[in-house]
Amino acid sequence: MVRFENVGLRYGLGPEILRDLNFLIPAHSFQFLTGPSGAGKTSLLKLLFLSLRPTRGLVNLFGHDVSLLGKDEIADLRKRIGIVLQDFRLLDHMTTYENVALPFRVMGREESSYRKEVIDLLKWVGLGERMDALPPILSGGEKQRAAIARAVISRPHLLLADEPTGNVDPTLGRRLLRLFIELNRSGTAVVIATHDMTLMDQYDARRLVLHEGRLHIYE
Amino acid sequence: MSRSDHHLGPLVDLGRERPQVPARARNMSPIVPRGSIAGSALVAVVAIMTFLASITTGTVLLVSASAAEWQSEVASEITVQVRPAPGRDIDRDAAAVAEAVRAQSGVVDIRPFTKEESAKLLEPWLGSGLSLDELPVPRVIVARVQPGATVDLEALRRRVTQAAPSASVDDHRAWIERMRSMTGATVIAGIAILVLVIIATIISVSFATRGAMAANRPIVEVLHFVGAGDRYIANRFLRHFLRLGLEGGVIGGGIAMLVFGFSESIAGWFSGTPVGDQFAALLGTFSLRPSGYLALAAQAVLIAAITAWASRRTLFKTLNEID
Repeated sequence: MVRFENVGLRYGLGPEILRDLNFLIPAHSFQFLTGPSGAGKTSLLKLLFLSLRPTRGLVNLFGHDVSLLGKDEIADLRKRIGIVLQDFRLLDHMTTYENVALPFRVMGREESSYRKEVIDLLKWVGLGERMDALPPILSGGEKQRAAIARAVISRPHLLLADEPTGNVDPTLGRRLLRLFIELNRSGTAVVIATHDMTLMDQYDARRLVLHEGRLHIYE
Repeated sequence: MSRSDHHLGPLVDLGRERPQVPARARNMSPIVPRGSIAGSALVAVVAIMTFLASITTGTVLLVSASAAEWQSEVASEITVQVRPAPGRDIDRDAAAVAEAVRAQSGVVDIRPFTKEESAKLLEPWLGSGLSLDELPVPRVIVARVQPGATVDLEALRRRVTQAAPSASVDDHRAWIERMRSMTGATVIAGIAILVLVIIATIISVSFATRGAMAANRPIVEVLHFVGAGDRYIANRFLRHFLRLGLEGGVIGGGIAMLVFGFSESIAGWFSGTPVGDQFAALLGTFSLRPSGYLALAAQAVLIAAITAWASRRTLFKTLNEID
């Protein structure tokens, strides 16, 4: 599903922050991406999400060489990827329900075809009572759960999550992990960037460890 | 292209947690909020531009119509002047010239001005109670030409000078040429103003669109995250700009139409004054024909369309820069 060959990344004329990355993310796989702060986890997720282009090497996503893709093709590929960023990126003028339903709206689907699914998912992540609330009045944890719900609602082929349990209590963290596992069982490849060892210890999965710009894989 | 299209089972099973009362949540908010676009300023700019364009077009139409009327009136007349000459009887000369003009083919009617009528023509300059016997005032004979007929002016001149050597013939050709060039200049000036107004509208709309895109950059980024293409995002903004353009066009065009609608009454207030008379002479009745109003309405729609086009062009350009 995803193949990186000799990928390097630098910002501007600065030093290379990711070096010689060679790895595969198979379909239906589950992996944690970990490493110390500043190791480049978020940059690697952005490469996977096509919001950054590598300065060298080959990135192949869903069978496409990303260096050859135009804007419209990238937009189409992104419909197959769900992403949860650390800053949540919710739209402040839309309710929690509307934010979570946004991917379906962009796809042009009728609201009646997904409404129940959105409401059930919001209940599952503990936002059943906050569906009509606007993001500015949500707590950090609530925003994080809304962002996760938005990323998983369309059941993407690939889910990328940057510290998805960073702002929630351990119980809710376990519940969110169950959601990711459930999504993975239904066929989504999952990449969770975290340095939360407790979270990683709860599920036996492949670990991609970034250290000094290089990637070490523990199967 | 997500897997939810493939009829998978529910992602989460709420079991006993399923809400008994259906939630009221619905998609109510527009993806791009109306308030996030500085609408009133743009509506004002488009309204002002449409108003200026409509006033220009309306004035050009009025001048053209009046000039055409003038030209057709003037072109259907020939004026013959009989000047007093030493040793000649001007009354006899005028009568002979009138007969000569009447005999010319193509002339359907003649109207010799009497002494008293000539005095009336000179009244604005020389005052009333004028005695023409004391002044060498020429006599005027106006000949009306059959519409569509061509008068042999050379033959007419020969006849007239035979009847009275001091007589001259004027077919107003110089006047008509001057009118034609004045009308042409007015139309060209009008077109130049319209082009400037349209350019100013495009620049204003482009700035407004850039501003709106900058203010809504987080929305654009999130839409990119959820897989929206540039066309989808541009359309969300475009409908706002099209509405703003139409609002501005209707306001500006509507006010201009009202101005032309009331201009006849306004001209009436000034009638009898030197300014009013000059305007009436230049622009006739000062009222626009129904086709003129149609032209103004079409122009308002055109400016709204230009607003939408300029906005669309800027949207795609800015979206290319954002990703």
